[in-house]
Amino acid sequence: MNTTTDGAMDLRFTPAQEEFRAEARHWLAANSPAPGSLPSLDTPDGFEAHRAWEQTMFADRWSVVSWPEEFGGRDVGILEWLIFEEEYWRIQAPVRVSQNGVFLLAPTMFEFGTDAQKARFLPPMASGEEIWCQGWSEPDAGSDLAGIRSRAERAPDDDGWLLTGQKTWASRGAYAEWCFGLFRTDPDAERHRGLTYFLMAMDSPGVTVRPIPQIDGEPGFAEIFFESVFVPDSQVLGGVGQGWSVAMATAGSERGLSLRSPARYTEAVSRLVSLYAERLDRDPARAARSADAVAQVWMDAEAYRLNTYWTASRVLAGGTVGPEASANKIHWSETDLAIYRTALGLLGPEAELTGGGGVAGNPWLDGFLFALAGPIYAGTNEIQRNVVAERLLGLPRA
Amino acid sequence: MRFAFTEQQTEFRDAVRQVLTKECTPDDLRAAFDAPAARTDRWTTLAEMGVVGLTVPEPQGGLGLDLLDLVPLLEEAGRSALPEPLIETTALAAPLLAAFPSGPAVDWLERIAIGVVTAAVGPVEVISGSAGSTGGEATVPAAVGADLYILSSASGVHAVPSADVTVTPVASLDPTRRLGTIDWEPTTTTLIASGEESREELVRLADRASVATAAELLGLADRMISIAAAYAKERNQFGKPIGSFQAVKHLLAGARVKLEFARPAVYGAAWSLGQVDLAGSPSGSRGASLAKAYASDAATEAARVSLQVHGAIGYTWECDLHLYLKRAWALAESWGSSADHRSRILASLVVELHQTQA
Repeated sequence: MNTTTDGAMDLRFTPAQEEFRAEARHWLAANSPAPGSLPSLDTPDGFEAHRAWEQTMFADRWSVVSWPEEFGGRDVGILEWLIFEEEYWRIQAPVRVSQNGVFLLAPTMFEFGTDAQKARFLPPMASGEEIWCQGWSEPDAGSDLAGIRSRAERAPDDDGWLLTGQKTWASRGAYAEWCFGLFRTDPDAERHRGLTYFLMAMDSPGVTVRPIPQIDGEPGFAEIFFESVFVPDSQVLGGVGQGWSVAMATAGSERGLSLRSPARYTEAVSRLVSLYAERLDRDPARAARSADAVAQVWMDAEAYRLNTYWTASRVLAGGTVGPEASANKIHWSETDLAIYRTALGLLGPEAELTGGGGVAGNPWLDGFLFALAGPIYAGTNEIQRNVVAERLLGLPRA
Repeated sequence: MRFAFTEQQTEFRDAVRQVLTKECTPDDLRAAFDAPAARTDRWTTLAEMGVVGLTVPEPQGGLGLDLLDLVPLLEEAGRSALPEPLIETTALAAPLLAAFPSGPAVDWLERIAIGVVTAAVGPVEVISGSAGSTGGEATVPAAVGADLYILSSASGVHAVPSADVTVTPVASLDPTRRLGTIDWEPTTTTLIASGEESREELVRLADRASVATAAELLGLADRMISIAAAYAKERNQFGKPIGSFQAVKHLLAGARVKLEFARPAVYGAAWSLGQVDLAGSPSGSRGASLAKAYASDAATEAARVSLQVHGAIGYTWECDLHLYLKRAWALAESWGSSADHRSRILASLVVELHQTQA
């Protein structure tokens, strides 16, 4: 046993980690756009503005701190990544337009990608030059993802695949350059078998994108139609027919540690406490009615922070995230929603006001609409509860 | 940052679990319901293992460890619904006596370590609503049959022998709580701390009580969920185990998720209370309140769900479930309910906000 895995419990960071924090804080303070100053990333201008911010971060090696240096990172560990996130959310830096790539695809690519794939795809992903969207859901495959019908057949020259089918609810699909997703390569295989994980250029001939306005009116979703789209063999991630297990690795990281760091919530509840204190002066009766809910979401965020460090310590000691990732996903998505719901309760009649420039003019309302999606994406919370019941409690499958 | 227990802490926990699995069975609990006692053979076994004297300093015969080491053992106490006063004696009285090592305190510590003294701790009004009351008079857990009473008065904190108090038993849904009201007169001979230092120590005592009680609630929640999950696997309706129905799965999964997040909250709070700069500080107290509120809610949810999953059999005296439900309900409201602690947290956050703005 070495000291990093068997010392006494200690929730403090090392001096080196605090130094890393100071460096990140200093850089973000000097470079991050003012909170709310960029247009919505679901508009063409906003998408480019957010891409430019990714490029600024990449130039100084802050866009993917946990990646190896050869791909533009700083090769730091999971704790430093969490520290970076704390500083990122503290200063309210922009939403990461590249999050599907850097948080979801990249962990899968590090695990399953060839050296050539890593060299080709990771640097432009880190710089924001190439933004990725996900191609999971189909009209008939949502929670039941194994019901995927989109298919891939061998190309006539036997050097790749021809993809045909329809993907939907692809976040950032309206503007993204690349898409990753599952297609059925063995038409005779059932359910989870015979699926393959592909990387597709969105400007390939045969790809048609139809933007779908989300609940806020902005085209945050897209439907993507594939008509005999050629994808070379070099763009298969993991083995042919191995798509399900490769994809589950991505879903694991999405629900596990990499998608939603606790700082997002601890910072939001800190702003919520300020809102509560301000309303306590202006409208004490209304504030009093929300007091219990404010305290509850503060606790929920703090409990999530502690749980994340607990899980990170387990991972650092050689453990895995495991099915606890499903409990995690339920907790952060419900916490997020409760935070913004509580804020709207404090705002009362002001909750519905947008300021005339779209919901972004009311950050609490904007956050509420964003949070509404949490219990749905990355596997609905109902599916996650099934996973918790079956894999953590050992209850029988239906 | 290393947020995990050590191998030694985990091994001690496993050893205690093994002993309690044998010596604190549902049948033992039924016997304790019929004849509740402060000191038992089981208590002697725990004292011999070093559990009872865990927080007693080594010179007085203890292990000289702290709340963080005790928390995994309290979790086991909760899992078995241990009727003896491990919270009062080992988590509360011993560290308080060790903080003021006068002659009588040293004597009490030595006797705690060998298992011949159990303690009760009187009401501490640090957390509003933390003291139980009956007609205005506070009820004290573990009071009936205790040997030592830690009580506070305007003059300070007192360690009072049983000969100097009159205990009037108060009936509880869980008879092993041994509730009572205490009649006593403060004297200079029992005074162990006074003034500002006694007030600070009472804040630390209340925080320790919150975290220790929370730890037992974690064990209780885990026990209730596993009893219910086992039942859901063996009970058949509509030709299959009820645990295969999504409605039943989601009830149990919801309780499991609450427990999952309560655990690190309790462990983190226990660690903070062992740090000189955090124990008794606003942030240390918020952590303790978070632990208690989260564990209380996790345990009451586990209680609700495990009863629902059992159906009518769970509502009987014959089914073992009620032995754990009753302790969970009692402890959830002891040392501050979850609402009391939420209120304490928010007040503390607002004070801190005004301080940073000033």
